[in-house]
Amino acid sequence: MIKSALLIGLVRGLRGIGHKSIKGIWRFGAGIRLFWLTLMSSGECFRRFHLIIREVYFTGVMSLIIILVSAFFVGMVLGLQGYHTLQKYGSSEAIGVLVALALVRELGPVVTALLFAGRAGTAITAEIGLMKATEQLSAMEMMAVSPIARVIAPRFWAGVIAMPILAILFSMVGILGGYLLAVPVIGVDAGAFWSQMQANVDWRHDILNGVIKSVVFGVACTMIALFEGYDAPPTAEGVSRATTRTVVTSSLAVLGLDFILTSFMLNV
Amino acid sequence: MDRTTIDLWVGIFVALGVAALLGLAMKVGNLTTNNIGETYTVTANFENIGGLKPRAPVKSAGVVVGRVADITFDTATYEAVVSLSLDKRYPFPKDTFANIYTAGLLGEQYIGLEAGGDEAALVNGDKITQTQDAVVLEKMISQFLYSKASESTDDKSEKSESTKSDADALGSSPLDNIGKPSND
Repeated sequence: MIKSALLIGLVRGLRGIGHKSIKGIWRFGAGIRLFWLTLMSSGECFRRFHLIIREVYFTGVMSLIIILVSAFFVGMVLGLQGYHTLQKYGSSEAIGVLVALALVRELGPVVTALLFAGRAGTAITAEIGLMKATEQLSAMEMMAVSPIARVIAPRFWAGVIAMPILAILFSMVGILGGYLLAVPVIGVDAGAFWSQMQANVDWRHDILNGVIKSVVFGVACTMIALFEGYDAPPTAEGVSRATTRTVVTSSLAVLGLDFILTSFMLNV
Repeated sequence: MDRTTIDLWVGIFVALGVAALLGLAMKVGNLTTNNIGETYTVTANFENIGGLKPRAPVKSAGVVVGRVADITFDTATYEAVVSLSLDKRYPFPKDTFANIYTAGLLGEQYIGLEAGGDEAALVNGDKITQTQDAVVLEKMISQFLYSKASESTDDKSEKSESTKSDADALGSSPLDNIGKPSND
């Protein structure tokens, strides 16, 4: 009696795992298909460039405040924490190197992508989910306007353009924050701060690799947000769940991709 | 919102991004300071390169004149072959001497070039024949200990006295101060 109940429970559990896996793989495939369709209709979208500019405004320019303010604080915290540890070894001048490398290589692209997923990704998902729920996308198809070329592709390219710019600005403002904390407040020598930074930050291996990372994150975050919106059940609950999933999936994707990219770039 | 206003804001956004990238490259990175233009490549064989890594600086008189391009292993001679890309602006004579130095006690390793007196200059593909290996700290310590030990045995054979003089000979070594309380 107990044995058969256990068996039924086990089968039910396995069935649940199987169902979830199949659904996950199906959604992944559907996402890749949407990505492919988006790339295919990019030509049409680039011919109407003002659509992309409009979306760059909504995803990029409107995210500037949150990105810049958090960059400033991240830079200052890095400065404080770095100074606290480095002064134990009598090398507090290396604080410039620490702040710059941490921001340019890792924190700039990653924190920007996480904030972008929260600020712009959710907006994209909710907007497209609501467009689907109110049947605007179907109406476009009825008018022989491809919703992928008109709605999805401009938002995708806007995200891909906006993310590296935001990440670069994040690094720059973060370094300024670190400078303002280290030099006037703590009293580290300004010359040592900048010259050590310049001696140790490489243009190609550090700065350009950071930009490449942020482009990859831009593709991932925007595509996940677009897919979740496009795939959302056309109900209020469905849109709300899709918005949550956007943040969770984007964050995990960014952190996972970051590990993969870093291991390739450092070639350990 | 009006299209021209959006255009203006996006223009400012993109311009800011480009300015920040330039700022990063110039002020934070080494695009201006360590910019090595055209280079020529020479190789040098070392028996031991220690911890030398690709992209390590090549310095002469303390000035960075190039970078380590590549490090390979030659199975014919069992030596490390280090290729150096040097700045075209700085020609070096054929009999230039290449050393591997360490910046500070524990810092990164770099190659130091000391110019010789030859009239002909190194050209692309040449080989620096006079090299000096990296100083390996463990090797130096073991050599020091070995020489100290042989000194004390020499003392013993010369005097061939009791164990007391033996202890004296050992006691006179500078290593005595390490972790030993003095007897007097």
